[in-house]
Amino acid sequence: MSAPVLSLQGVCTDIAQYQILHGIDLEVPEGGVYVLLGRNGAGKTTTLRTVMGLWKARAGAVRFRGRDITGLHTSDIARLGVAFVPENMGIFGGLTVEENMRLASKDGTFDARRLAWIQDLFPAMKTFWDKPAWALSGGQKQMLAISRAIIEPRQLILIDEPTKGLAPAIIRAMIDAFREVAADTTILLVEQNFMFASALGRGVSVIDDGRIVHSGTMADLVADKALQTKLLSLSLDAHQ
Amino acid sequence: MTASDVFNRFGGVNLLPVILMILALPLIGSVSSWVTLTVAGLAMGMMIFLMASGLSLVFGLMDVLNFGHSAFISFGAFIAASVLAALAAWVSADSVILNALALFAAIAAASLFGLLAGWFFERVIVQPVYRDHLRQILITIGALIVAEQLILAIWGGAPIAVARPSFLEGSVIIGDVAIETYRIFACLLGLAVFVALSLVLNRTRIGLLIRAGVENREMVEALGFRIDRIFVGVFMAGSALAAMGGAMWAGYQGLISGALGGEMMILVFIVVIIGGLGSIEGSLLGALLVGLLGNYVAFLFPKLSLASNMLLMMAVLLWRPWGLRPAVKL
Repeated sequence: MSAPVLSLQGVCTDIAQYQILHGIDLEVPEGGVYVLLGRNGAGKTTTLRTVMGLWKARAGAVRFRGRDITGLHTSDIARLGVAFVPENMGIFGGLTVEENMRLASKDGTFDARRLAWIQDLFPAMKTFWDKPAWALSGGQKQMLAISRAIIEPRQLILIDEPTKGLAPAIIRAMIDAFREVAADTTILLVEQNFMFASALGRGVSVIDDGRIVHSGTMADLVADKALQTKLLSLSLDAHQ
Repeated sequence: MTASDVFNRFGGVNLLPVILMILALPLIGSVSSWVTLTVAGLAMGMMIFLMASGLSLVFGLMDVLNFGHSAFISFGAFIAASVLAALAAWVSADSVILNALALFAAIAAASLFGLLAGWFFERVIVQPVYRDHLRQILITIGALIVAEQLILAIWGGAPIAVARPSFLEGSVIIGDVAIETYRIFACLLGLAVFVALSLVLNRTRIGLLIRAGVENREMVEALGFRIDRIFVGVFMAGSALAAMGGAMWAGYQGLISGALGGEMMILVFIVVIIGGLGSIEGSLLGALLVGLLGNYVAFLFPKLSLASNMLLMMAVLLWRPWGLRPAVKL
Protein backbone atom coordinates (compact mmCIF):
# COMPACT_ATOMS: atom_id res chain seq x y z
CA MET A 1 0.00 0.00 0.00
CA SER A 2 1.38 3.42 -1.01
CA ALA A 3 2.07 6.12 1.56
CA PRO A 4 -0.88 8.44 2.24
CA VAL A 5 -0.83 11.78 0.48
CA LEU A 6 -2.16 13.43 3.64
CA SER A 7 -2.10 12.27 7.23
CA LEU A 8 -3.28 13.87 10.46
CA GLN A 9 -2.06 12.53 13.78
CA GLY A 10 -3.66 13.60 17.03
CA VAL A 11 -4.63 17.00 15.65
CA CYS A 12 -6.30 19.32 18.15
CA THR A 13 -7.61 22.71 17.03
CA ASP A 14 -9.20 25.44 19.11
CA ILE A 15 -11.35 28.32 17.92
CA ALA A 16 -11.20 31.06 20.53
CA GLN A 17 -11.75 29.31 23.89
CA TYR A 18 -13.50 26.30 22.33
CA GLN A 19 -11.72 23.08 21.44
CA ILE A 20 -13.19 21.85 18.16
CA LEU A 21 -10.86 19.00 17.15
CA HIS A 22 -9.98 16.51 19.88
CA GLY A 23 -7.12 14.52 18.36
CA ILE A 24 -8.01 13.80 14.73
CA ASP A 25 -6.29 10.79 13.18
CA LEU A 26 -6.85 10.58 9.45
CA GLU A 27 -5.02 9.12 6.45
CA VAL A 28 -5.98 10.09 2.91
CA PRO A 29 -4.61 7.63 0.34
CA GLU A 30 -3.24 8.69 -3.04
CA GLY A 31 -5.78 9.09 -5.87
CA GLY A 32 -9.53 9.31 -6.08
CA VAL A 33 -12.02 10.89 -3.73
CA TYR A 34 -11.79 10.42 0.02
CA VAL A 35 -14.86 11.58 1.90
CA LEU A 36 -15.12 13.07 5.36
CA LEU A 37 -18.68 12.74 6.63
CA GLY A 38 -20.28 14.05 9.77
CA ARG A 39 -23.16 16.01 11.14
CA ASN A 40 -23.24 19.80 11.42
CA GLY A 41 -20.66 21.07 13.88
CA ALA A 42 -18.76 17.79 14.05
CA GLY A 43 -15.49 19.41 12.94
CA LYS A 44 -15.35 18.71 9.19
CA THR A 45 -14.69 22.27 8.08
CA THR A 46 -12.27 22.83 10.95
CA THR A 47 -10.32 19.78 9.81
CA LEU A 48 -9.97 21.13 6.26
CA ARG A 49 -9.06 24.62 7.47
CA THR A 50 -6.46 23.15 9.83
CA VAL A 51 -4.89 21.18 6.98
CA MET A 52 -4.80 24.38 4.91
CA GLY A 53 -3.18 26.32 7.77
CA LEU A 54 -6.09 28.75 8.02
CA TRP A 55 -6.55 27.69 11.63
CA LYS A 56 -3.49 26.48 13.49
CA ALA A 57 -3.39 23.10 15.19
CA ARG A 58 -2.64 23.40 18.90
CA ALA A 59 -1.34 19.84 19.06
CA GLY A 60 -0.65 16.96 16.71
CA ALA A 61 0.84 16.87 13.24
CA VAL A 62 -0.41 17.38 9.70
CA ARG A 63 1.78 15.66 7.10
CA PHE A 64 1.58 16.14 3.36
CA ARG A 65 3.52 13.47 1.45
CA GLY A 66 5.40 12.78 4.66
CA ARG A 67 6.41 16.42 5.21
CA ASP A 68 5.23 18.10 8.39
CA ILE A 69 3.18 21.12 7.28
CA THR A 70 1.58 21.86 10.66
CA GLY A 71 3.17 25.26 11.19
CA LEU A 72 3.43 26.35 7.57
CA HIS A 73 1.77 29.51 6.29
CA THR A 74 -1.35 28.90 4.19
CA SER A 75 0.32 30.27 1.06
CA ASP A 76 3.26 27.87 1.48
CA ILE A 77 0.87 24.92 1.83
CA ALA A 78 -0.92 26.05 -1.33
CA ARG A 79 2.38 26.24 -3.20
CA LEU A 80 3.10 22.61 -2.30
CA GLY A 81 0.19 21.71 -4.58
CA VAL A 82 -2.76 21.79 -2.20
CA ALA A 83 -5.91 23.57 -3.43
CA PHE A 84 -8.83 24.59 -1.25
CA VAL A 85 -12.46 25.15 -2.20
CA PRO A 86 -14.17 26.57 0.91
CA GLU A 87 -17.79 26.14 1.82
CA ASN A 88 -18.59 29.71 0.73
CA MET A 89 -16.67 29.03 -2.51
CA GLY A 90 -14.27 31.97 -2.00
CA ILE A 91 -15.14 33.51 -5.35
CA PHE A 92 -13.92 37.05 -6.00
CA GLY A 93 -17.16 38.67 -7.10
CA GLY A 94 -15.60 41.89 -8.34
CA LEU A 95 -13.29 39.99 -10.72
CA THR A 96 -14.32 38.36 -13.97
CA VAL A 97 -14.34 34.59 -14.40
CA GLU A 98 -11.10 34.92 -16.34
CA GLU A 99 -9.46 37.01 -13.59
CA ASN A 100 -10.54 34.51 -10.95
CA MET A 101 -8.90 31.74 -12.97
CA ARG A 102 -5.82 33.79 -13.82
CA LEU A 103 -5.20 34.43 -10.13
CA ALA A 104 -5.08 30.70 -9.52
CA SER A 105 -2.72 29.95 -12.40
CA LYS A 106 0.93 29.68 -11.51
CA ASP A 107 2.32 32.60 -13.52
CA GLY A 108 -0.85 34.27 -14.70
CA THR A 109 -0.98 32.32 -17.96
CA PHE A 110 -3.11 29.36 -18.96
CA ASP A 111 -2.22 25.96 -20.35
CA ALA A 112 -4.53 25.99 -23.38
CA ARG A 113 -5.26 22.24 -23.24
CA ARG A 114 -6.07 22.31 -19.54
CA LEU A 115 -8.29 25.35 -19.96
CA ALA A 116 -10.14 23.67 -22.83
CA TRP A 117 -10.60 20.57 -20.65
CA ILE A 118 -12.07 22.69 -17.84
CA GLN A 119 -14.36 24.54 -20.22
CA ASP A 120 -15.58 21.17 -21.53
CA LEU A 121 -16.22 20.04 -17.96
CA PHE A 122 -18.01 23.28 -17.10
CA PRO A 123 -19.26 25.01 -20.28
CA ALA A 124 -20.49 27.98 -18.21
CA MET A 125 -16.85 28.92 -17.65
CA LYS A 126 -16.53 29.55 -21.38
CA THR A 127 -19.90 31.28 -21.75
CA PHE A 128 -19.28 33.70 -18.86
CA TRP A 129 -15.50 34.00 -19.32
CA ASP A 130 -15.43 37.80 -19.35
CA LYS A 131 -18.39 38.36 -17.02
CA PRO A 132 -18.06 39.44 -13.37
CA ALA A 133 -18.27 36.51 -10.99
CA TRP A 134 -20.96 38.13 -8.83
CA ALA A 135 -23.36 37.73 -11.74
CA LEU A 136 -23.03 33.91 -11.81
CA SER A 137 -25.67 31.62 -10.34
CA GLY A 138 -24.88 29.55 -7.23
CA GLY A 139 -24.09 26.46 -9.30
CA GLN A 140 -21.90 28.43 -11.69
CA LYS A 141 -20.01 29.97 -8.78
CA GLN A 142 -19.33 26.49 -7.44
CA MET A 143 -18.12 25.44 -10.91
CA LEU A 144 -15.82 28.45 -10.96
CA ALA A 145 -14.48 27.61 -7.50
CA ILE A 146 -13.66 24.08 -8.67
CA SER A 147 -12.29 25.26 -12.02
CA ARG A 148 -9.98 27.60 -10.15
CA ALA A 149 -8.76 24.73 -8.00
CA ILE A 150 -7.90 22.60 -11.04
CA ILE A 151 -6.55 25.22 -13.44
CA GLU A 152 -3.09 23.99 -12.39
CA PRO A 153 -2.29 20.32 -11.70
CA ARG A 154 -2.71 19.82 -7.93
CA GLN A 155 -1.63 16.97 -5.74
CA LEU A 156 -4.49 17.37 -3.30
CA ILE A 157 -7.76 19.29 -3.47
CA LEU A 158 -9.72 20.02 -0.30
CA ILE A 159 -13.39 20.65 -1.06
CA ASP A 160 -15.90 21.72 1.56
CA GLU A 161 -19.55 20.83 0.91
CA PRO A 162 -19.70 21.60 -2.82
CA THR A 163 -23.34 20.55 -3.20
CA LYS A 164 -24.72 22.87 -0.56
CA GLY A 165 -27.71 24.72 -1.97
CA LEU A 166 -27.35 23.30 -5.48
CA ALA A 167 -30.19 21.87 -7.61
CA PRO A 168 -30.20 18.06 -8.14
CA ALA A 169 -29.43 18.42 -11.86
CA ILE A 170 -26.31 20.44 -11.08
CA ILE A 171 -25.28 17.93 -8.40
CA ARG A 172 -25.47 15.13 -10.99
CA ALA A 173 -23.27 17.16 -13.35
CA MET A 174 -20.87 17.75 -10.47
CA ILE A 175 -20.55 13.99 -9.87
CA ASP A 176 -19.41 13.45 -13.48
CA ALA A 177 -17.00 16.36 -13.25
CA PHE A 178 -15.52 15.22 -9.94
CA ARG A 179 -14.96 11.71 -11.33
CA GLU A 180 -12.95 13.19 -14.18
CA VAL A 181 -10.98 15.53 -11.92
CA ALA A 182 -10.22 12.70 -9.46
CA ALA A 183 -8.68 10.64 -12.26
CA ASP A 184 -5.37 12.49 -11.90
CA THR A 185 -5.43 13.95 -8.41
CA THR A 186 -6.56 13.26 -4.86
CA ILE A 187 -9.66 14.93 -3.46
CA LEU A 188 -10.54 15.19 0.21
CA LEU A 189 -14.25 15.94 0.15
CA VAL A 190 -16.27 17.15 3.10
CA GLU A 191 -19.92 16.47 2.43
CA GLN A 192 -23.29 16.03 4.08
CA ASN A 193 -25.10 14.81 0.95
CA PHE A 194 -24.62 11.05 1.29
CA MET A 195 -25.88 10.33 -2.22
CA PHE A 196 -23.20 12.60 -3.67
CA ALA A 197 -20.50 11.35 -1.31
CA SER A 198 -21.25 7.66 -1.90
CA ALA A 199 -21.27 8.13 -5.68
CA LEU A 200 -17.74 9.46 -5.59
CA GLY A 201 -15.89 8.23 -2.53
CA ARG A 202 -13.46 5.35 -2.42
CA GLY A 203 -12.58 5.76 1.21
CA VAL A 204 -14.53 7.43 3.96
CA SER A 205 -14.04 8.67 7.47
CA VAL A 206 -16.78 9.80 9.79
CA ILE A 207 -16.12 12.57 12.25
CA ASP A 208 -18.14 13.28 15.36
CA ASP A 209 -17.49 15.76 18.12
CA GLY A 210 -14.00 16.48 16.80
CA ARG A 211 -12.89 12.84 16.62
CA ILE A 212 -12.73 10.29 13.81
CA VAL A 213 -15.19 7.57 14.79
CA HIS A 214 -14.98 5.41 11.68
CA SER A 215 -12.68 4.89 8.71
CA GLY A 216 -13.08 2.39 5.92
CA THR A 217 -14.17 1.96 2.33
CA MET A 218 -17.22 3.73 1.00
CA ALA A 219 -18.49 0.45 -0.45
CA ASP A 220 -18.60 -1.09 3.02
CA LEU A 221 -20.45 1.89 4.46
CA VAL A 222 -22.97 1.94 1.60
CA ALA A 223 -23.62 -1.79 2.05
CA ASP A 224 -24.08 -1.60 5.81
CA LYS A 225 -27.21 0.39 6.59
CA ALA A 226 -26.99 -0.36 10.28
CA LEU A 227 -23.55 1.21 10.32
CA GLN A 228 -24.86 4.23 8.43
CA THR A 229 -27.66 4.66 10.95
CA LYS A 230 -25.27 4.27 13.82
CA LEU A 231 -22.67 6.66 12.45
CA LEU A 232 -24.66 9.23 10.63
CA SER A 233 -28.18 8.88 11.99
CA LEU A 234 -29.34 8.77 8.42
CA SER A 235 -29.94 6.16 5.78
CA LEU A 236 -28.96 6.03 2.17
CA ASP A 237 -32.61 5.63 1.16
CA ALA A 238 -33.60 8.89 2.80
CA HIS A 239 -31.18 10.78 0.58
CA GLN A 240 -32.02 9.22 -2.78
CA MET B 1 -38.52 50.84 -16.43
CA THR B 2 -38.18 52.34 -12.93
CA ALA B 3 -36.43 55.59 -12.02
CA SER B 4 -33.67 53.49 -10.46
CA ASP B 5 -33.15 51.63 -13.76
CA VAL B 6 -32.91 54.91 -15.66
CA PHE B 7 -30.47 56.27 -13.07
CA ASN B 8 -28.28 53.17 -13.33
CA ARG B 9 -28.47 53.13 -17.11
CA PHE B 10 -27.02 56.63 -17.34
CA GLY B 11 -24.11 55.98 -15.00
CA GLY B 12 -25.69 55.44 -11.58
CA VAL B 13 -23.77 56.86 -8.66
CA ASN B 14 -20.99 58.04 -11.00
CA LEU B 15 -23.38 60.75 -12.09
CA LEU B 16 -23.74 62.25 -8.62
CA PRO B 17 -20.97 64.89 -8.97
CA VAL B 18 -22.46 65.97 -12.32
CA ILE B 19 -25.97 66.14 -10.82
CA LEU B 20 -24.59 68.19 -7.94
CA MET B 21 -22.91 70.60 -10.38
CA ILE B 22 -26.12 70.99 -12.39
CA LEU B 23 -28.22 71.59 -9.27
CA ALA B 24 -25.74 74.18 -7.99
CA LEU B 25 -25.81 76.33 -11.15
CA PRO B 26 -29.31 77.88 -10.72
CA LEU B 27 -28.74 78.30 -6.99
CA ILE B 28 -25.48 80.18 -7.52
CA GLY B 29 -26.95 82.22 -10.35
CA SER B 30 -23.71 83.48 -11.87
CA VAL B 31 -21.92 81.24 -14.39
CA SER B 32 -18.49 82.69 -13.62
CA SER B 33 -18.93 82.12 -9.87
CA TRP B 34 -20.23 78.62 -10.59
CA VAL B 35 -17.17 77.77 -12.73
CA THR B 36 -14.79 79.14 -10.11
CA LEU B 37 -16.49 77.19 -7.32
CA THR B 38 -16.72 74.03 -9.41
CA VAL B 39 -13.02 74.06 -10.33
CA ALA B 40 -12.13 74.81 -6.69
CA GLY B 41 -14.33 71.90 -5.60
CA LEU B 42 -12.82 69.54 -8.15
CA ALA B 43 -9.27 70.57 -7.15
CA MET B 44 -10.05 70.14 -3.47
CA GLY B 45 -11.70 66.80 -4.24
CA MET B 46 -8.66 65.58 -6.15
CA MET B 47 -6.31 66.50 -3.29
CA ILE B 48 -8.54 64.74 -0.77
CA PHE B 49 -8.64 61.77 -3.14
CA LEU B 50 -4.84 61.58 -2.99
CA MET B 51 -5.01 61.47 0.80
CA ALA B 52 -7.94 59.05 1.01
CA SER B 53 -7.24 56.42 -1.65
CA GLY B 54 -4.45 54.71 0.30
CA LEU B 55 -6.47 54.60 3.51
CA SER B 56 -9.38 52.99 1.71
CA LEU B 57 -7.18 50.24 0.23
CA VAL B 58 -5.42 49.68 3.56
CA PHE B 59 -8.74 49.13 5.32
CA GLY B 60 -10.18 47.06 2.49
CA LEU B 61 -7.16 44.80 2.16
CA MET B 62 -6.25 44.10 5.77
CA ASP B 63 -9.14 45.46 7.79
CA VAL B 64 -6.68 47.85 9.43
CA LEU B 65 -8.09 51.03 10.99
CA ASN B 66 -5.25 53.51 10.69
CA PHE B 67 -6.02 56.70 12.60
CA GLY B 68 -2.39 57.70 12.16
CA HIS B 69 -2.88 58.26 8.42
CA SER B 70 -3.10 62.02 8.94
CA ALA B 71 0.48 62.06 10.22
CA PHE B 72 1.63 61.35 6.65
CA ILE B 73 -0.53 64.22 5.39
CA SER B 74 1.01 66.63 7.93
CA PHE B 75 4.58 65.48 7.36
CA GLY B 76 4.06 65.66 3.60
CA ALA B 77 2.86 69.26 3.90
CA PHE B 78 5.72 70.37 6.17
CA ILE B 79 8.43 68.57 4.19
CA ALA B 80 7.16 70.09 0.95
CA ALA B 81 7.07 73.53 2.61
CA SER B 82 10.67 73.10 3.80
CA VAL B 83 11.90 71.95 0.39
CA LEU B 84 10.17 74.86 -1.34
CA ALA B 85 11.68 77.25 1.22
CA ALA B 86 15.14 75.78 0.64
CA LEU B 87 14.68 76.15 -3.11
CA ALA B 88 13.26 79.66 -2.84
CA ALA B 89 15.41 80.91 -5.69
CA TRP B 90 14.03 78.25 -8.05
CA VAL B 91 10.48 78.78 -6.77
CA SER B 92 10.50 82.47 -7.62
CA ALA B 93 12.68 82.23 -10.74
CA ASP B 94 11.33 83.33 -14.13
CA SER B 95 12.19 79.90 -15.56
CA VAL B 96 9.26 77.47 -15.72
CA ILE B 97 11.78 74.60 -15.70
CA LEU B 98 13.28 75.75 -12.38
CA ASN B 99 9.79 76.31 -10.96
CA ALA B 100 8.75 72.82 -12.02
CA LEU B 101 11.94 71.29 -10.64
CA ALA B 102 11.33 72.92 -7.26
CA LEU B 103 7.75 71.68 -7.25
CA PHE B 104 8.82 68.20 -8.33
CA ALA B 105 11.50 68.11 -5.62
CA ALA B 106 8.95 69.14 -2.95
CA ILE B 107 6.37 66.55 -4.02
CA ALA B 108 9.02 63.85 -4.48
CA ALA B 109 10.57 64.51 -1.05
CA ALA B 110 7.15 64.37 0.63
CA SER B 111 6.20 61.18 -1.23
CA LEU B 112 9.54 59.51 -0.53
CA PHE B 113 9.15 60.31 3.15
CA GLY B 114 5.63 58.84 3.05
CA LEU B 115 6.95 55.70 1.37
CA LEU B 116 9.71 55.09 3.93
CA ALA B 117 7.72 56.19 6.97
CA GLY B 118 4.86 54.02 5.74
CA TRP B 119 7.13 50.98 5.73
CA PHE B 120 8.32 51.76 9.27
CA PHE B 121 4.80 52.50 10.51
CA GLU B 122 3.40 49.26 9.07
CA ARG B 123 6.19 47.05 10.39
CA VAL B 124 6.51 48.60 13.86
CA ILE B 125 3.05 49.98 14.69
CA VAL B 126 0.47 48.15 12.61
CA GLN B 127 1.80 44.63 12.13
CA PRO B 128 1.69 43.66 15.82
CA VAL B 129 -2.03 44.51 15.97
CA TYR B 130 -3.37 42.86 12.80
CA ARG B 131 -6.95 41.63 13.33
CA ASP B 132 -7.46 43.61 16.55
CA HIS B 133 -9.44 46.76 15.85
CA LEU B 134 -9.41 48.15 19.37
CA ARG B 135 -5.62 47.98 19.63
CA GLN B 136 -5.29 49.35 16.09
CA ILE B 137 -7.31 52.42 17.04
CA LEU B 138 -5.39 52.94 20.28
CA ILE B 139 -1.90 52.45 18.88
CA THR B 140 -2.42 54.43 15.68
CA ILE B 141 -3.93 57.36 17.62
CA GLY B 142 -0.94 57.13 19.96
CA ALA B 143 1.42 57.17 16.97
CA LEU B 144 -0.45 60.17 15.58
CA ILE B 145 0.05 62.09 18.83
CA VAL B 146 3.77 61.29 18.75
CA ALA B 147 3.97 62.39 15.09
CA GLU B 148 2.19 65.67 15.84
CA GLN B 149 4.59 66.38 18.70
CA LEU B 150 7.51 65.64 16.36
CA ILE B 151 6.13 68.20 13.91
CA LEU B 152 5.86 70.74 16.73
CA ALA B 153 9.43 69.97 17.81
CA ILE B 154 10.86 70.26 14.29
CA TRP B 155 8.82 73.09 12.74
CA GLY B 156 7.48 74.84 15.84
CA GLY B 157 3.93 75.80 16.69
CA ALA B 158 3.59 78.91 14.54
CA PRO B 159 1.90 78.62 11.12
CA ILE B 160 4.35 78.36 8.21
CA ALA B 161 3.91 80.16 4.91
CA VAL B 162 4.28 77.92 1.89
CA ALA B 163 5.86 79.37 -1.22
CA ARG B 164 4.05 78.54 -4.45
CA PRO B 165 6.17 78.14 -7.62
CA SER B 166 5.77 81.19 -9.88
CA PHE B 167 4.37 79.23 -12.82
CA LEU B 168 1.43 78.09 -10.65
CA GLU B 169 0.64 81.59 -9.43
CA GLY B 170 -2.11 83.56 -11.06
CA SER B 171 -5.15 82.49 -12.99
CA VAL B 172 -6.23 81.41 -16.42
CA ILE B 173 -8.81 83.89 -17.70
CA ILE B 174 -11.54 82.61 -20.00
CA GLY B 175 -14.08 85.34 -20.73
CA ASP B 176 -15.08 86.69 -17.35
CA VAL B 177 -14.10 83.49 -15.58
CA ALA B 178 -10.81 83.29 -13.69
CA ILE B 179 -9.50 79.84 -12.77
CA GLU B 180 -6.50 79.54 -10.47
CA THR B 181 -3.60 77.77 -12.20
CA TYR B 182 -2.79 75.82 -9.04
CA ARG B 183 -6.30 74.36 -8.99
CA ILE B 184 -5.97 73.20 -12.58
CA PHE B 185 -2.64 71.60 -11.70
CA ALA B 186 -4.19 69.86 -8.65
CA CYS B 187 -7.00 68.50 -10.83
CA LEU B 188 -4.55 67.20 -13.43
CA LEU B 189 -2.26 65.62 -10.81
CA GLY B 190 -5.19 63.93 -9.06
CA LEU B 191 -6.52 62.68 -12.38
CA ALA B 192 -3.08 61.35 -13.34
CA VAL B 193 -2.79 59.50 -10.02
CA PHE B 194 -6.29 58.06 -10.43
CA VAL B 195 -5.49 56.84 -13.95
CA ALA B 196 -2.18 55.36 -12.79
CA LEU B 197 -3.84 53.60 -9.85
CA SER B 198 -6.62 52.31 -12.08
CA LEU B 199 -4.10 50.95 -14.57
CA VAL B 200 -2.11 49.22 -11.84
CA LEU B 201 -5.22 47.76 -10.22
CA ASN B 202 -6.92 46.68 -13.43
CA ARG B 203 -4.08 45.79 -15.78
CA THR B 204 -1.38 44.18 -13.63
CA ARG B 205 -1.10 40.95 -11.69
CA ILE B 206 -0.27 42.77 -8.47
CA GLY B 207 -3.38 44.90 -9.01
CA LEU B 208 -5.43 41.75 -9.51
CA LEU B 209 -4.07 40.42 -6.21
CA ILE B 210 -4.91 43.66 -4.39
CA ARG B 211 -8.47 43.69 -5.75
CA ALA B 212 -8.92 40.05 -4.83
CA GLY B 213 -7.34 40.62 -1.40
CA VAL B 214 -9.75 43.46 -0.65
CA GLU B 215 -12.61 41.01 -1.25
CA ASN B 216 -11.28 37.92 0.47
CA ARG B 217 -7.69 37.93 1.73
CA GLU B 218 -7.95 34.41 3.16
CA MET B 219 -8.73 32.99 -0.27
CA VAL B 220 -5.84 34.87 -1.84
CA GLU B 221 -3.54 33.19 0.69
CA ALA B 222 -5.14 29.82 -0.07
CA LEU B 223 -4.17 30.42 -3.71
CA GLY B 224 -0.51 30.70 -2.69
CA PHE B 225 0.10 34.42 -2.13
CA ARG B 226 1.40 36.22 0.99
CA ILE B 227 -1.17 38.96 1.43
CA ASP B 228 0.80 40.52 4.31
CA ARG B 229 3.71 41.18 1.93
CA ILE B 230 1.39 42.76 -0.62
CA PHE B 231 -0.14 44.79 2.19
CA VAL B 232 3.20 46.36 3.12
CA GLY B 233 3.50 47.66 -0.43
CA VAL B 234 -0.07 48.98 -0.42
CA PHE B 235 0.49 50.65 2.95
CA MET B 236 3.68 52.31 1.71
CA ALA B 237 2.00 53.51 -1.49
CA GLY B 238 -1.01 54.77 0.49
CA SER B 239 1.24 56.67 2.88
CA ALA B 240 3.20 58.17 -0.03
CA LEU B 241 -0.04 59.33 -1.66
CA ALA B 242 -1.21 60.85 1.64
CA ALA B 243 2.08 62.75 1.90
CA MET B 244 1.73 63.85 -1.73
CA GLY B 245 -1.80 65.05 -0.95
CA GLY B 246 -0.43 66.92 2.08
CA ALA B 247 2.23 68.55 -0.09
CA MET B 248 -0.38 69.68 -2.62
CA TRP B 249 -2.68 70.89 0.14
CA ALA B 250 0.15 72.97 1.63
CA GLY B 251 0.59 74.81 -1.67
CA TYR B 252 -3.17 75.23 -2.00
CA GLN B 253 -3.61 76.72 1.47
CA GLY B 254 -0.42 78.78 1.47
CA LEU B 255 -0.24 78.66 5.27
CA ILE B 256 0.02 75.45 7.27
CA SER B 257 0.00 74.54 10.93
CA GLY B 258 0.39 71.32 12.92
CA ALA B 259 -3.40 70.93 13.03
CA LEU B 260 -3.55 70.39 9.26
CA GLY B 261 -3.48 66.58 9.39
CA GLY B 262 -6.20 66.30 12.00
CA GLU B 263 -8.44 68.72 10.10
CA MET B 264 -8.02 66.84 6.85
CA MET B 265 -8.48 63.46 8.50
CA ILE B 266 -12.15 64.16 9.15
CA LEU B 267 -12.71 64.80 5.44
CA VAL B 268 -10.58 61.78 4.51
CA PHE B 269 -12.64 59.46 6.72
CA ILE B 270 -15.88 60.88 5.33
CA VAL B 271 -14.60 60.23 1.79
CA VAL B 272 -13.54 56.65 2.59
CA ILE B 273 -16.87 55.89 4.27
CA ILE B 274 -19.16 57.37 1.64
CA GLY B 275 -17.04 56.08 -1.24
CA GLY B 276 -17.06 52.50 0.03
CA LEU B 277 -14.19 50.73 1.73
CA GLY B 278 -11.50 49.27 -0.49
CA SER B 279 -12.54 51.06 -3.65
CA ILE B 280 -10.41 53.57 -5.56
CA GLU B 281 -13.37 54.59 -7.74
CA GLY B 282 -15.43 55.07 -4.58
CA SER B 283 -12.71 57.25 -3.05
CA LEU B 284 -12.62 59.46 -6.13
CA LEU B 285 -16.39 59.76 -6.21
CA GLY B 286 -16.60 60.53 -2.50
CA ALA B 287 -13.75 63.06 -2.69
CA LEU B 288 -15.32 64.92 -5.60
CA LEU B 289 -18.68 65.09 -3.81
CA VAL B 290 -17.03 66.35 -0.62
CA GLY B 291 -14.96 68.93 -2.51
CA LEU B 292 -17.84 70.24 -4.63
CA LEU B 293 -20.41 70.30 -1.85
CA GLY B 294 -17.98 71.99 0.55
CA ASN B 295 -17.36 74.83 -1.93
CA TYR B 296 -20.98 75.28 -3.04
CA VAL B 297 -22.34 75.29 0.52
CA ALA B 298 -19.62 77.67 1.75
CA PHE B 299 -20.74 80.09 -0.97
CA LEU B 300 -24.50 79.63 -0.65
CA PHE B 301 -24.98 78.92 3.05
CA PRO B 302 -21.74 79.82 4.88
CA LYS B 303 -23.15 78.86 8.28
CA LEU B 304 -23.78 75.32 7.04
CA SER B 305 -20.36 74.77 5.49
CA LEU B 306 -18.89 72.91 8.48
CA ALA B 307 -21.88 70.59 8.72
CA SER B 308 -22.32 70.01 4.99
CA ASN B 309 -19.98 67.04 4.68
CA MET B 310 -21.37 65.37 7.78
CA LEU B 311 -24.86 65.78 6.34
CA LEU B 312 -23.61 64.33 3.05
CA MET B 313 -22.20 61.31 4.88
CA MET B 314 -25.46 60.79 6.77
CA ALA B 315 -27.50 61.03 3.59
CA VAL B 316 -25.27 58.58 1.70
CA LEU B 317 -25.21 56.08 4.57
CA LEU B 318 -29.00 56.21 4.90
CA TRP B 319 -29.30 55.54 1.18
CA ARG B 320 -26.39 53.07 0.74
CA PRO B 321 -24.99 51.92 4.09
CA TRP B 322 -22.10 50.15 2.33
CA GLY B 323 -21.03 53.33 0.47
CA LEU B 324 -21.40 54.52 -3.10
CA ARG B 325 -18.90 52.23 -4.86
CA PRO B 326 -17.68 49.60 -2.35
CA ALA B 327 -15.46 46.69 -3.35
CA VAL B 328 -17.64 43.67 -4.15
CA LYS B 329 -17.73 41.13 -1.33
CA LEU B 330 -19.68 37.91 -1.86
